[in-house]
Amino acid sequence: MTLVLTDDQRMIRDEAARLLSERSSSEAVRKIVDSGAGTDAKLWSALSRELGWCSMAIPEEFGGLGLGATELVLLQEICGQWLACVPFWSTACVATPLLLAAASEEAKQRLLPAIAVGDLTIAVAWGALGEINPLAVCTVNAAKVDGGYSLHGHVSQVVDLPFADLVLVPALLDGVLSLFAVRRDAGLHIEPLTSMDATRPIGAARFDALELPPESRIDGDGLTSDAVEAALALAQLCFAAEQAGAARGVMDVTLAYVAERVQFGRAIASFQAIKHRCARLEVDIAEVRALIYGAAANFSADDAGELRLEASGARALASELLFRAAEEAIQLHGGVGFTWEYDPQLYFKRAQATTAILAQPEGHFCMIADALLGEASA
Amino acid sequence: MNTESNSALRSEIAEWMATHLTGRFEALRFRGNSGDGDALPELRKEWERELARGRWTCPGWPEDMGGRGLSVAEQVVFQEEYGRAGGPGRMGHIGEGLIGPTLIAFGTEEQKQRFLPKIRSGEEFWCQGYSEPSAGSDLANIRTRARKDPVTGEWIVSGQKVWTSLAHLSDWIFVLARCDEGSVGRNGLIFLLLPLDQHGVEIQPIRQIGGSAEFNSVFFEGARARAEHVVGAPGEGWKIAMALLGFERGISTLGQQMSFAQELELIIEIARENGAGRSPIIRQRIARAWVGLRAMRYLAMRVLADDPSGDMRREVLGYKYHWSNWHRDLGKLAMDVLGLEANIVSNDPRRERLQQLFLFSRADTIYGGTNEIQLNLIAEQGLGMPREPRGTLG
Repeated sequence: MTLVLTDDQRMIRDEAARLLSERSSSEAVRKIVDSGAGTDAKLWSALSRELGWCSMAIPEEFGGLGLGATELVLLQEICGQWLACVPFWSTACVATPLLLAAASEEAKQRLLPAIAVGDLTIAVAWGALGEINPLAVCTVNAAKVDGGYSLHGHVSQVVDLPFADLVLVPALLDGVLSLFAVRRDAGLHIEPLTSMDATRPIGAARFDALELPPESRIDGDGLTSDAVEAALALAQLCFAAEQAGAARGVMDVTLAYVAERVQFGRAIASFQAIKHRCARLEVDIAEVRALIYGAAANFSADDAGELRLEASGARALASELLFRAAEEAIQLHGGVGFTWEYDPQLYFKRAQATTAILAQPEGHFCMIADALLGEASA
Repeated sequence: MNTESNSALRSEIAEWMATHLTGRFEALRFRGNSGDGDALPELRKEWERELARGRWTCPGWPEDMGGRGLSVAEQVVFQEEYGRAGGPGRMGHIGEGLIGPTLIAFGTEEQKQRFLPKIRSGEEFWCQGYSEPSAGSDLANIRTRARKDPVTGEWIVSGQKVWTSLAHLSDWIFVLARCDEGSVGRNGLIFLLLPLDQHGVEIQPIRQIGGSAEFNSVFFEGARARAEHVVGAPGEGWKIAMALLGFERGISTLGQQMSFAQELELIIEIARENGAGRSPIIRQRIARAWVGLRAMRYLAMRVLADDPSGDMRREVLGYKYHWSNWHRDLGKLAMDVLGLEANIVSNDPRRERLQQLFLFSRADTIYGGTNEIQLNLIAEQGLGMPREPRGTLG
């Protein structure tokens, strides 16, 4: 195992950073925020269609590049740094690993090549978006009907739903968790919600006896395999990478501000009270990044094992880190820190929104403690 | 780090430790680490000679200097297996890890021939004379003086060093002293090698928070270093002193992490036994410690990977701050898991180890660059923030 990036990986990262620094600047992000769309359709088209970002971790047999977890976390980190308003995490880091882990061969052949070329943007309608295991709760029921299936239920928050072409829906079919793929134009009822973090859209999905053809059920053999666990751990890890990247992004904003701002005849960056707080954040960024890249280098799609614990650890630390980096940004900007005009607010909202998704730090630490100490007796 | 190709080396070391850390050496298992550094010194010196007979001292030195020429990855394997087997704190560490590599890089042929073989064989032990009462974080404020004897060419040393680990058990000391009268800061310093067993050297133990005394004050009053025992040129002492600090590069910290992992396991074991592990708050803290240790392992591997692209340069600066604060917090966690039991000084080796951990880990965030100095370094070198202004006192 090596923790040093290859030349190819460095190139992917540098190219992504160059592109997003231009196309996802503060100005560009603010346009999306003001529009209320939450997604930058042009940027997403460039990333997914022209640059092939969604093909990274898809095996070559399904039209992808066959790269791995390290490439995904690299791109996620850059997306976080620039608050890119794109459904990359949902499509490439959640839906794609889930399909690879759980979809039937036929469904993989049908869906993955379309994802790889950027033709499919996917959201996943988890029943328990706030839990480590988002499959722990299922609020959608499926029934066999003549000519296919019927879905009934409601999912209160689906990340990136308003922009998705396809929604993956875990649903209970005769008491067994199964996976359905529902096209946007299949009569799905979407309620757009107004997210506090306006850089990522959220919607609610309602299924009112929605009738679907037989091929809409896409799982090969339910949703309970080790591979599904590994896919969920990868989704967590990639989300942690986005948070770590956002922490870096907001810290860069802070560093630029304190270097410029003069009080008492000197740049406030020269005060030790400020230097030490920035340095503390830097230590924590290094800690989280080491964990993320170490776990990514060890990632195996077949065995969640230790990865599950490391991914949860990374999520817990990354949520805490990003929130602290964002609140420190507001504090160190002084009065302008809580204005709409300056950027800390964008990161601050992203920080809180991401913390709540796929479990808060306490939940992750609880799970790790259960693994180390045995489950707590009530 | 390719662990596959190192598996033969790994089993060779594990096997050697299993067959040699036995009999009278059995008593040394897990002893002599930080906070316990003056434990069983004579037996530990014998252990160094046992290691030397197996050619396991100085394995990272080049072969023509008597080492095995192990790569960084291989040295990590050695440290890990040594730690896993409970190998005791190394009396020879300062010779092997600090002054040895410094002499290999900067020493004269005569110095190498005089000193390296006896470091390797465990016959001579070294200590480090850097800190002084008024030169702590501000190390360049050295006041110990070295004056050249015009007749013999020897260097005559006067002054005081402090926090000198294991000086009372060592044979030699390397000393950073001021050789240019009137010079200040990093200029005008000299790096000298001095035998401790001579008139003009007095060693006084410093009793630490845990009761033991592995540190000392070392007083020099006309002590002598031979003319040929200057490393580098007189006046270049700072350069040599800093290069010496650079040699460690954290290889031993991966061995140290084996010891951290054992401490955490011990805490978990006790938490399960005494019921502390039922507290939701303790559970969160244990989980947090586990995550921090995982991250620390990957951080250390990043430090050691020494990436030529420089990608990690900014991050590795934080390594010392990370591990020392993690370890200090672990000491507090250990006591909180023990609860009332922690209040009674214990001969039970498990509790004793945790009590020592609690007390001695307070030093972790002070020696080798305090938290405050580390944060300055990270801010200035890593984040490009302005340097601290220098004062005018002293």
